[in-house]
Order: sequence, then C-alpha cells, then structure tokens
Amino acid sequence: MLRAAALVVLGTVVLGLGASGAGAQQSGSGVGGTLEDAAGKPVVGVTIVVEQDGAEIGRAESDAHGEWSVTVPGEGTYQVTLDVSTLPDGVAMRDPERRTLDDVRVREGLTKPVLFALGEGVQSGLSRVERFTTLLVDGLRLGLVLAVASVGLSLIFGVTGLTNFAHGELVTFGALVAFFFSASGVVPEIPLVAAGVIAVIAGGMLGWVHERVLFRPLRRRKSGNVSLIVVTIGLGLFLRNLYLIVFEGRPRPFDEFTIQKAVDFGPFALRPKDLVVMAVGACALVVVGAMLQKTRLGRAMRAVADSRDLAAASGIDVDRVILAVWVGGAALAALGGVLQGVSETVESDMGFGLLLLMFAAVILGGLGTAFGAMVGGLIIGVASQVSTYWLSPKFRIGVALAVLIGAILVRPQGILGRRERVG
Amino acid sequence: MDIVMVVADAIRASIGPLGAAYALTAIGLNLHYGYTGLLNFGHVAFLMVGAYGTAITVEQGGPFWLGILVGVAAAILLGLLFGLPTLRLRVDYLAIVTIAGGEVLRTVIRSGGKDSLTHGVFGITRFATSFFDLNPFPDGEYGWGRLAFTERQLWVAVVAWMLVAIATLLLVLLVRSPWGRVLRAIREDEDAARSLGKNVFAFKLQSLVTGGVIAAFAGIIIAIERQSVNPDTYLPAGTFLAYTVLILGGTASRIGPVLGAVVYWFLFEFTDGFLRGAISAGWIPAGVLSETDVGPFRMMLVGLSLMLLMIFRPQGLLGKREEVLLDAR
Repeated sequence: MLRAAALVVLGTVVLGLGASGAGAQQSGSGVGGTLEDAAGKPVVGVTIVVEQDGAEIGRAESDAHGEWSVTVPGEGTYQVTLDVSTLPDGVAMRDPERRTLDDVRVREGLTKPVLFALGEGVQSGLSRVERFTTLLVDGLRLGLVLAVASVGLSLIFGVTGLTNFAHGELVTFGALVAFFFSASGVVPEIPLVAAGVIAVIAGGMLGWVHERVLFRPLRRRKSGNVSLIVVTIGLGLFLRNLYLIVFEGRPRPFDEFTIQKAVDFGPFALRPKDLVVMAVGACALVVVGAMLQKTRLGRAMRAVADSRDLAAASGIDVDRVILAVWVGGAALAALGGVLQGVSETVESDMGFGLLLLMFAAVILGGLGTAFGAMVGGLIIGVASQVSTYWLSPKFRIGVALAVLIGAILVRPQGILGRRERVG
Repeated sequence: MDIVMVVADAIRASIGPLGAAYALTAIGLNLHYGYTGLLNFGHVAFLMVGAYGTAITVEQGGPFWLGILVGVAAAILLGLLFGLPTLRLRVDYLAIVTIAGGEVLRTVIRSGGKDSLTHGVFGITRFATSFFDLNPFPDGEYGWGRLAFTERQLWVAVVAWMLVAIATLLLVLLVRSPWGRVLRAIREDEDAARSLGKNVFAFKLQSLVTGGVIAAFAGIIIAIERQSVNPDTYLPAGTFLAYTVLILGGTASRIGPVLGAVVYWFLFEFTDGFLRGAISAGWIPAGVLSETDVGPFRMMLVGLSLMLLMIFRPQGLLGKREEVLLDAR
C-alpha cells in the first residue's frame, strides 16, 4: 500500500480522447494517459513518442492537465516511449527500464491507457559527451556483431563468387535455435551459454546442408551467377517465412540477462551483457583471424578466394575448402545472431534487417576478404550507431547505404580488396 | 468449403486490376532482368514513387494527370539515382544498392508524422476520385455470380489491361529495334558490346529508367484500385514476387510476364482460399497451420517455387532456355 502511495502515478484512462477532430482516420484508435508526479500534480510538456516497428506514428506533449494522447492508424501493437530528456527537473522515471513500453496493444476504435510511473528525480541524465561516447561504444558492439556475422558472407563470395541474399537467415537461425533451447519452454531449458554453443553447431550444420544439398549440385550444373542469386532470394524468402510461422511475429528477448542496469564506466555507460557480447565477438574474430593466417585450412581458404584455378592446380581440394567455408561461415553467422539476440531481441526477420548492414560492411571492407568484412563491419557499426546522435535510429540503414555508395564511388574494390576491374 | 467459390475468387484476382498491375510490374522487370541482365532488387521502389508521386500531387491540390506525370518523373529520377553509382560495376552491386535504396526510401516515407507530406504510416487515401469520375460504366455488377466486378473495379481493370497491352507492344517494338539488340548483346556479353563501341553504361541506364517508368504505372494502378497508398505495401518481398511472376511466365519472352501474372495470381489466391477453407473445415489441424499462418505459408511457397523454377525450369512457361541462362560474370 505504502509503495502504491509512493509510486506516484497512475495514468488515467482517457477513453475516446484519441479520436480528436481531424477525422482523417475512421478508426479512432489511439493511446493516451495522464502524467502526474509524486504529489499528484500534472507534469506538463513531456514528449511521448509512439512507434511501430521503429517507425514513428506520432508524438504528443502532455498538456496543462498532464494529459496526452496520440492517434494510431488502427489495431496493432505499438511501442510507446517517454522522452526522459523532456522531463522537468526533479521528476524522473521510477523505473528507467520502463521508459519504453514495447508491447502496447491497441484495439480497433479504442484508446489504450498507458501508464508511466514518475517519481522524484534521482537519476541525472547522461551529459552530451557521455551520450556520444556511449553511442560510440554501442556502435563498436554492433560493429563486432556485424563483423562476426559477415565474415562468412564475404568468404563464401570469395571462394564461390556467390552473393548470398539468404545469409541473414543463417543469422536468424542461430538466434532462434538459442531461443528454442534456452527460453521457449518447449524443451527443458538450459543456460543461454550452452544454448548458444548448440546454436553455433546447428548453424554450421545448416551451412553444410546449404552447400551439399543446394549450391554444390548447382555449381556442378554450371548455373550462372545471376541464377544463383535469384535462388538465394527464393531460399531467403522461404526460410524467413518459415521462421515467421514457427516463431511468430512478436520480438522476444532471451530469458536471461533481460533486465540489466547500465553500469557507469565514467565516460560511457554500458550494460554488462553488452560487454560480454563485445568480448565474445572480439574473441571469435581473433580466433578466425589466427585460423586464416596460421592453419593449413585457413591458408587454403585464402588461396581459393584468391584464385580458384591456381589453388586447384597446386593440389588444394577446392570442394572441401568451399564446404569448410560454408560450415564455418554459417556457424559464425549463427554466433552473430545469438549475440545480436542477447543485446537486442530475437525476431523472425532480424537477420534480414542486418543483411543490408552486412552487405555494406563486406563491400566497404572488400568483397571476398575475411579481414575486410571485419574492418567494414566495425566501421558500419560505429557509423550507423553514432549517427543516431543526430538522426533517428530508423535511418541506420540509410547511413550504412550512404557509406556504401560513397565507398562504391571512391573505391569499389573496398578497403582491403585488391585493385581489379569489378565492372 | 466451396471449391467453386475459391476458384471463382482466384480467377477474379488474376484477371482483375491486381493481376494487370503485376503484369505491368513484371514487364518493367523483364526489360531490366530479361533483356538487359540487370539485377534490380529494388523494383518495388519504382511502384512506390509512382504511387506516392500521384497521391501527394493530388492531395496537395494538383490535377490527377499532373499527379501521374509527377509519379513518372519520380520513377525516372529514381532510376538515375539507382543506376548512376552502380551500373558500371558488377551485377551484385546493383542488386545490393537497389534493395537497400528501396528500403531507405520506404523508411523515409514511413518516418513522417501524420501531418507530413506522406502522412507516414497513415498513408494517403481518397486521391483517385477524379479518375473514378471518368468511369464510363454505369453502376452495377458486371459478370456472373461470384465472378463479378463492380463498375469501379471494371473501370480500373480495363484501364490497367489497356496499359498492359500498350506496354507489351512497346516492349516488343523496343527489343526488336537496334536499341533492343544492343541491350541483349550487353546481357550476353558486356565486353563484346563495349568493344563494338557501344556505350554500355548509357544503354543500361536507359533500360533501367524505361523499365522503372513502366513499373511506376503499375504502382499507380495499385494505388488507384485501393484508393490509398501506404509505405507497408512496398516491402522488399514485392520485388521478389515480381521476379517469381516474371520467371514463371518466361524471362525475356514477350507475353511471358502477362501469362505469368495471371497464372501466378490464380495460384496465389487459390492457395489462400483453399488453405483457409481447409483450416476452417478442419482438414488441417490448427496445430499444424492456423489461419494467421496462411499469409507466411503462401510466401514460403513463393520462395520455394522461385528456387525450384530457377533450378529446374529457368525459362518458365514461355521463355527460351538459351535466352535465360545468362551469366553476367
């Protein structure tokens, strides 16, 4: 009871408020609420943003009575965010984690009440510099994930000349397998770390299937590059919708490490799980790099990527190397999916969302080179994340595309690619 | 389940405005992919700019014909935007830039608020009223029983199929001309065409823009039919549907895209009706496939058929095998 009294706010149900005037929408669906501070006084001038799948639907400012409402296009699930920076001094979220409500379901024709619990300000916001450095570090995190996930994309292109538009589905596969074993409840749940290991192994097996069942026979038939790209498009469409049926459309986080407070590291704040993600990603890259440089198999991979015919002539079993690249690349993609799922959420089309960033990364770094994919991934990750300092996060792909087009115009072979005609 | 009803609905979809719009989309893509060998994976963006160009112009008070001109101009601009950085490079680059470019454009359109030019996720509605004012068909039902169109649907369908006929004729004339022969030469061997003194880059760009304009008309037709434009109509999957239609009908064949669109829409709608009927009749247990899974399941089948077609019958229904085994590298 005491807690209820101290906790401050109850957003009031404002039925029908959303259907204000305008009349552009017949549905009259909306979200709305009232913001009050600990003393029950209205909190004025706070911005609330309503989004759906990352796209802004609308925003509202709480009025003199603390009331706000946003009209939405119709029935559906929306994300409602309270812009903490617009809170007046001395007022803060009781639970900063509940700043964004991910799963606000609005029924047709109704206004959904949304509650934000406000209390006395204790948390000071991040300063501008801290916000920038935090984004920079988070960009590094995304870059490492991208680098891990796209090494396979680049190497597969290197050894077979195939641009795999279904590579994103290998990434999603990893996250889904890890989710299945650690959080789905279908099988006895095991720790996420163990599930992640299973996911990586399963990812490698899926890569093996790709090569043996589909792409090796097609190479034997001397299918052209363009036909193969169209085949990968079909494969991606098939897998993506299969995932959608199995996993359903709702994004879900893993069970473990969902609620973590960011730890202040001085110039930046970081959740411990992101630190783990970065460490695992960096380790994986170092291992892959060492493998490519030092082992026979790694050298053979680079040789085949350099010149298939020369490699074959010097006694390398090209088919075996290609199979190894598929298995290793797909396993890394699955690892990337698990890491991304830990940092953000698991979703049936998360890999397709990353695919364009991965393409930008591998082209920027140099198609066909593993180290290029790593460098490119880091650059694209940092660039797209830091851009959210000025731009809305939904333009991340736009920033990556701008970097990509710039790279194509200036240096089409990429940073680490060899100079050769690519046209 | 009434199988006659399912078949009637499927036929209606395949000969209706949407079937025609998909035929137009595939005709545009045929020029890109079939005749020039361009791997355009952002085709749906041409539909989007055509539709939005028209809708925004009309909503801002412009006349409908001006809206169509704006839509076409937007498609030309988009073609140049896509083509200029990438057409000198290998096909993969065009594929990646077009798919990413289309998505970025869609995000930009989607990101606007309710009061912005594009109305964000709300989309623009009721802009084609002056098109329907021109409708020469009196009110009523046209057709037989279940297989009937309203006068509005009939009007859109007639205009759409007329556009399909014009575009098909135009394409036949174009590809038989010296210009079209150069395009096919580029598809077969770009270096050979270049060594004969042809400006390969310019020809590719012209092909990209022309096909894009045809697709813009398809976008306008779909927008008119629905009386609304919405960014979520133009997901990348739309492009892949267009590829399936084209490859099913016959890449680089004259009426392949048209036949492909009709057959595809029939199968697509038939599967939909059949599956929904089978689920509600209890033939398929809900644990295996529920009503909400029908949409993704159809797309799974599209992906699977795209793969199988490309592997086992790349020439589709009408194409010639030797014309479609293109290998740009």
